Amino acid sequence: MPIIEYDNVCKKFDNSTGLAVDHVSAQIEPGEFITILGSSGCGKTTLLKLTNRLYDPDGGRIILEGEDIAQKDPVQLRRGLGYVIQQVGLFPHMTIKENITIIPALMKWDKDRMAARADELLTLVGLEPSEFRDRYPHQLSGGQQQRIGLARALVLDPDIMLLDEPFGAIDAITRLHLQNELQRIHAGLGKTFLFVTHDINEAFKLGNRVMVMNQGKLLQFDTPAEIVLHPADEFVRSLIESARQQEEFWEGVQ
Amino acid sequence: MEHPDKVLGPLLEHIQLVLITLVISLVIASILTVICMQSEKVSGVMNNLFSVIYSIPSLALFALLIPISGLGRTSAIIVLTLYNQYLLLRNFTTGLREVDPVVCEAAKGIGMTDMQILTKIRIPLARKAIFAGIRLAVVSTIGIGTIAASINAGGLGTLLFEGLRTMNIPKILWGSVLSAGLAILINRVLKLVEDRL
Repeated sequence: MPIIEYDNVCKKFDNSTGLAVDHVSAQIEPGEFITILGSSGCGKTTLLKLTNRLYDPDGGRIILEGEDIAQKDPVQLRRGLGYVIQQVGLFPHMTIKENITIIPALMKWDKDRMAARADELLTLVGLEPSEFRDRYPHQLSGGQQQRIGLARALVLDPDIMLLDEPFGAIDAITRLHLQNELQRIHAGLGKTFLFVTHDINEAFKLGNRVMVMNQGKLLQFDTPAEIVLHPADEFVRSLIESARQQEEFWEGVQ
Repeated sequence: MEHPDKVLGPLLEHIQLVLITLVISLVIASILTVICMQSEKVSGVMNNLFSVIYSIPSLALFALLIPISGLGRTSAIIVLTLYNQYLLLRNFTTGLREVDPVVCEAAKGIGMTDMQILTKIRIPLARKAIFAGIRLAVVSTIGIGTIAASINAGGLGTLLFEGLRTMNIPKILWGSVLSAGLAILINRVLKLVEDRL
């Protein structure tokens, strides 16, 4: 059974004429690392926000683990899904530990359990707990902040992680590290990852399957190799071509 | 002055008037703020309403209330509370709305309810603006409160009005110095607290 199923999902915003998400259907199996690739305005972020009901669809259904999310309480739904955004959005008035365990605190976990969970997650995302747990977000670099964003999203051990261009604002070298670590974390946890990006290299590196979107439509949903070998249409072909041209530049320099 | 109680009495009365007004104002403003945070539209209407009330001269508003709530402290507290709503509501809602939308969206995305976002995220992050609103309201209440003596609400205004009527210079001076001093002192103290937030 697919863990996520998009069934003819549509979303229209009041201030635009076209559909932001245009009849998207897709099935995602447990444990997959799916990347959603497209340029800005293609609907990839909207699709992600439909998944945790930050938006509600104007048509179609989204089924998570066999349940139609329209029937679920949005707050409970979101607590069952990890959510990471590009700007991280850590709470500046809380320590790192408090940031990670804010939802457990609201759920009245006891203190020891929260402290242990925070330390466990800090270790998982590659930060030394004793050094970081009592710091404030502004004392961290951009890359470190995003690691905390990841830890915060993992705190309730969700089966599904939604990541909206998490490395979009991070420098190239740090981004490479974070991509590798994210792959390591994904492999270790066996969770399903849905990762939005506009970077074709990132999408093809991380995703075992890639959803290519343009103007709200899902153009192709396949493995990176299959997309490269058999692009579904002109847009996908041109996307691959642009990546190839960059590669040629690097090879030319050598 | 030979009779310190003649000054101390009105001073204490004045402080009492300010404190009672402040407590009632804060309770009402908090409720109105929560309502305003639900909708920009309601917030706009409310802001306009209180800005109209705020622009009515205090003496006129006191006079208007006499047929309804009579002479005395009740009318004074109602008027002062109405004025405070403008200062408090505007500072509270602006402060709460200016909190980084990314932080609030992250909070919503990880599963916080609107009320939890308000109490755990928006209010702590808007504490400076909230406190500034309270400071302005207190200082304004101390000032306008002197005019409340015109409808027998007591306080430092009585010294001023009596002094003026009988041309008693010491009384006028005591009334002015104490009301101005109280406002300046409280403003300084609250500002110091605000800067440490």
